[in-house]
Amino acid sequence: MSEDQSTTTSSRRRVLEIDALTLQFGGLTALDDVTFHIEEGEILGLIGPNGAGKTTCFNAITGIYRPTRGDIRFEGTSIAGHKRFQITQLGVARTFQNIRLFRSMTALENVLVGADAKHSTGMASALFRLPKHRREEREGHDRAMELLAFMGLQKRADELAANLSYGDQRRLEIARAMATEPKLICLDEPAAGFNPAEKAQLMELIRRVRDQGYTVLLIEHDMKLVMGVTDRIVVLEFGRKIAEGTPAEIRDNPAVIAAYLGVDEEDAS
Amino acid sequence: MNFDFLFNNFAELTVTGLAFGAIYALIALGYTMVYGVLQLINFAHSEVFMYGTFAALWTTMLLVGDTDVSTLRGIGVLLCSLVAAMAMSATIALLLERFAYRPLLKRNAPRLIALISAIGASFVLAELMGLRDRVAAWFGLDDNLSEYVSGARINRSMPSVLENKQLFPIGDYQVTSVDVLVIVSAIAMMVALDQFVRRSKMGRGIRATAQDPETAALMGVNATRAVQMTFLLGGLMAGAAAFLYMLKIETTKFDVGFLLGVKAFTAAVLGGIGNLRGALVGGLILGVAENWGSALFGSEWRDVVAFVLLVVILLFRPTGILGESLGKARA
Amino acid sequence: MSKTPSVKGITSSFGSRVAGLPKPAKIGMWIALAVFAYALPLLEPPFISPPGTDFGGVLFTVTIYMLVALGLNIVVGYAGLLDLGYVGFYAVGAYTAAILTTFHANWPLLLALPFAVLASTVSGILLGAPTLRVRGDYLAIVTLGFGEIIRLVALNTEWLGASKGINDIARPPGVELFEIPHLNWDSGTPLLDFNDTTTFIEFGVLDQIPYYWMGLTVVIIVLFADKLIKDSRVGRAWEATREDEDVAELMGVPTFRFKLLAFATGAFIGGLAGALYASRQSFINPLSFLLLFSIMFLAAVVIGGQGNRWGVLVGAFLVAYLPERFREFTDFRVLVFGAALMLLAIFRPEGLLPPRRTVRAKQAAAEIEALEEGADGEETSRV
Repeated sequence: MSEDQSTTTSSRRRVLEIDALTLQFGGLTALDDVTFHIEEGEILGLIGPNGAGKTTCFNAITGIYRPTRGDIRFEGTSIAGHKRFQITQLGVARTFQNIRLFRSMTALENVLVGADAKHSTGMASALFRLPKHRREEREGHDRAMELLAFMGLQKRADELAANLSYGDQRRLEIARAMATEPKLICLDEPAAGFNPAEKAQLMELIRRVRDQGYTVLLIEHDMKLVMGVTDRIVVLEFGRKIAEGTPAEIRDNPAVIAAYLGVDEEDAS
Repeated sequence: MNFDFLFNNFAELTVTGLAFGAIYALIALGYTMVYGVLQLINFAHSEVFMYGTFAALWTTMLLVGDTDVSTLRGIGVLLCSLVAAMAMSATIALLLERFAYRPLLKRNAPRLIALISAIGASFVLAELMGLRDRVAAWFGLDDNLSEYVSGARINRSMPSVLENKQLFPIGDYQVTSVDVLVIVSAIAMMVALDQFVRRSKMGRGIRATAQDPETAALMGVNATRAVQMTFLLGGLMAGAAAFLYMLKIETTKFDVGFLLGVKAFTAAVLGGIGNLRGALVGGLILGVAENWGSALFGSEWRDVVAFVLLVVILLFRPTGILGESLGKARA
Repeated sequence: MSKTPSVKGITSSFGSRVAGLPKPAKIGMWIALAVFAYALPLLEPPFISPPGTDFGGVLFTVTIYMLVALGLNIVVGYAGLLDLGYVGFYAVGAYTAAILTTFHANWPLLLALPFAVLASTVSGILLGAPTLRVRGDYLAIVTLGFGEIIRLVALNTEWLGASKGINDIARPPGVELFEIPHLNWDSGTPLLDFNDTTTFIEFGVLDQIPYYWMGLTVVIIVLFADKLIKDSRVGRAWEATREDEDVAELMGVPTFRFKLLAFATGAFIGGLAGALYASRQSFINPLSFLLLFSIMFLAAVVIGGQGNRWGVLVGAFLVAYLPERFREFTDFRVLVFGAALMLLAIFRPEGLLPPRRTVRAKQAAAEIEALEEGADGEETSRV
C-alpha cells in the first residue's frame, strides 16, 4: 500500500534503494525485510520509537554492518559489502548521533578530511608539491571555508573541534559530511540536545542543504520537527517498516499512532 | 631440523616443557586478570615476577648460609622463601597499581598512555634492582648487605637446599622431585585461584567489574577494591611462579623478567586473554612447544619460537584457544 | 600538571613572536639557526661540550636519535600506532648496509644506502600488512616481538656475523677541500686553534664532526619532508585515523592503507638512521639493537611531545645528549628515562612540547575578532 503512495509522489530518480534488507546479530533480528527508497532531492525522514532499528539502518547503508539478506543499491549499483570508505567515496556521507569529531584537529581540518574523500594526493604529490597536491589543497580549502561559512563557523575555523560549543560541533559534523561531496547525506538525530529555537534553525539549515542539491536522509525523534521539514517519512518499529508516506498521511496513520502510544502524536498536532 | 634429537629425548623435553609451562601459566594469570578487568597490558608484571625471584633468593641465603641443612629444615626454608616471594611480588603489584595505573584510570587516559606508563614503571623497577648496590650505598647499607646486593648486574645463584631426587622414569627420562613439585604446586595454585574468582564474594566483584564496570559500581561493587584485588592476586601468583622458577633454574638477574614476561604474555594470549583456565592451557602449550622447537632448530632459537608463536597467534587467532572472558567465567 | 602554564606561556610567547616576524626575517632566523647548528662542534662551547669525549661524535649520536625520533613520531605521534620494535627497522637498515659494503659485497656506501632503506621499508610493509589490523595494544606487543626476532636472528645466523657482528663497514666518500680550525676556550676567551682542525669533508676515524654534518643535513631534509607530508591529505588522514579510526573510515579515509603508509615511512627513516649509524660506527653486532633502544627511541618521542616535530627533536636531544654530557650518570640513564616515561604519562601525556594547535587557534580567533570589529554579523549566516 505504501509502495503505491511513493510511486505516485514523483517519478524522480532513486538515489538509494533499500531492498528487503534484513540484519541479524546472533539470534536477534535488528532489521526485518525493510524496503524503501530515497528520491533525488528529497528529504526523507526515518522515524520510529527507540530501538526500532533506525541507526542500524544507517549503519547498514554506510557499510558498518553487512546485510544478512536483501540489498542496498546506491544509484542502481549494489553497495552491500563495499568497504566503508568506498561507500563514502561513491557519495554517501553521514553524521553521528553522539558527536564524533576529530577532537584534536581544528574545525577547518575536520572539514578538510571530509573534502579529501574526493582527492587522491599521495606521498609523492605531497612531498614534491606536485600540481595535483596544490590544486586539491586549494580546492579543498576553498570548499571547506565555504562550508564553514555556510554553517556560520568561519570564525572558528582554526579552533580545535573539542573547544567548539555543542551546537557548533553538531553543525561542524554536517559540514564535514557535506565536504565529501555526497549525493546522499544521512543525518542521525542532528537536533539532539537542542532547544526549540535551535531546532527550528537547524531545520531551516537542513532545508537549505537540500536546496543546494543534496538528498537528505534524516533520523529524528521530534515528530513536530520531522513533520515540518520532510517530504516523505518512513516509520520503523521493532525492525519492521510499519508505514511510509507524506507527513500528513503518517500523522493520520493508526499504526504509527499506536506505535507512539499517542505521546508523540500530541507533539505532532 | 633435528628430528632424531626430538624423538630420542621426547619424554624429557615434554616433562621439562610442562614444568616451564606451569611457571609461564602462573605469571600469565597476572596479565590475563588485569587485562580482563582493565583491558590493559600490565607491561610491568614481568618485574613483579623478577622481584619475587630475588625475595626467594635472599630469604634462602639468609636462612641457609653456606651450611648443609636437614630435610625438615630445608622444607621450612623453602616454605619461608615461597611466602617471602609471594609477599614481595604482591607488594610490588600493589605499588604498581597505586602509582603507575590508578592516576591514569581516574582520568580515563587512553590505553596507550597507560601502556607507556607501565613500560616506564617496568624499566624503573628493573633498573632499581640492577643498581641495588648503588641504592644500598646511598643508604650506607652496602657493607651490611654486600652479600645480597653485590653482582647487581650479573646472575646470582640460589644455594641448594634440598637434593633434587629422581622419582620415577617416563620413557628414558627420570622425572625429578623439582619437576613434580613445580607442576603440581602450579596447578594447585591455579585451581585455588580459579575457585576463589568463581565462588567468593570478592571474586564475583572482580568478574562483575570485568564485565561492566559501570553497572558493577551501581550494584555496589567497589571498583577500586576489585582492581586492587586483581593486582594482588596476580602478584601472589607471580610470586609463587618466582619461587618455583628459582627451584627449577636456581639463578636470577635484574633483567630476567623481560623474557619471562613476554613468554607469559604469549601464554595468556594463546589461551585467550582474560580467561584463567586459558592461561594454564596456554602456558603448558607454550612450554612444551618451546622445548620441542629448541630440540628441532637448536637451543639458540628457543626464544624465537616463543616470539614467532606470539606473532602468529595475534595474527590468526587473537582471541586465543579458549576465548577471552574473565567476566563470563561462570560461578 | 601544575607546571603546565609556565612552560606553555614561554613557548607560546616565543612562538607568537616568531610567527609575527615578516617572512625574510623568519628565513634569516632559520638560516642563522642552521649555521649555528653546523658550527656547534667547531665552537666547542665550554660546559655544553661534554668533557672527555669527542663533541662531534656525541652530536652525531644526537642527530641519529633525532632521525629515529622523527621517524617514530610519524608512526606513534601522527598515526597513533604504538611501535615497541622500532629498533628492528634500524637493525635491518644497519645490517643491509653492512652486508652490502663489506660482508658479502664491496659496494660503496652511497650505492648500498638506497638498498638498506628499501630493505627496511619492505620489512615495515611485511610486518605492517598483517599486523595493522590487530588491536592497538596487541600491535605494541607484536612489534616488540618483531624487534626481538630481528635481533635473535642476527645473533644466531653466521651469514649475518652472529654474535661477533660485522667489521669494516664502508664510510661515506669524502672530498678533502680545506681545514677548519676549532675554537679553543682554555684561556677563558675563544681563540682560533690551528692545531685542532677539521678537514672539510673527510670521514675519518678520529674526527667525527663530518659525520655530524652529514647527520644534521639528513635531519634537516627529513624535517622538511615531514612538514610537507604533514600539511597534506596524507598528514590529515593519519591524524584522523589516530583520533577516531571508525569515523575516519566513514569520512572516506582508507585507514588501513594510511596506517601501512605511516608504518612504511617510519621504517624508511629508521632504516636510513640505522645505515648511517652503521657507517659511522664501522662495526655492528646484535648488542647494538637491544629492546632497550626501542624504549629509548619511544622515550625521545614521548618526552618531547608526540605529534610535534620540534618536540620530538628536543626529546631526542635530551635522550641522546644528557647521558653523554653527564657520563657519571650513564649507568642511571635507563632508570631516569624510564621514570620520565612514567611520570610524563601520568602528569603530562602530551609531552614537554605538545603540538601548538591550541595556541594557534586562539591567536586566529583574536585576529578575526579584531578584523571584524564593527562589521555586521550578517556575514555569518550568508552562504
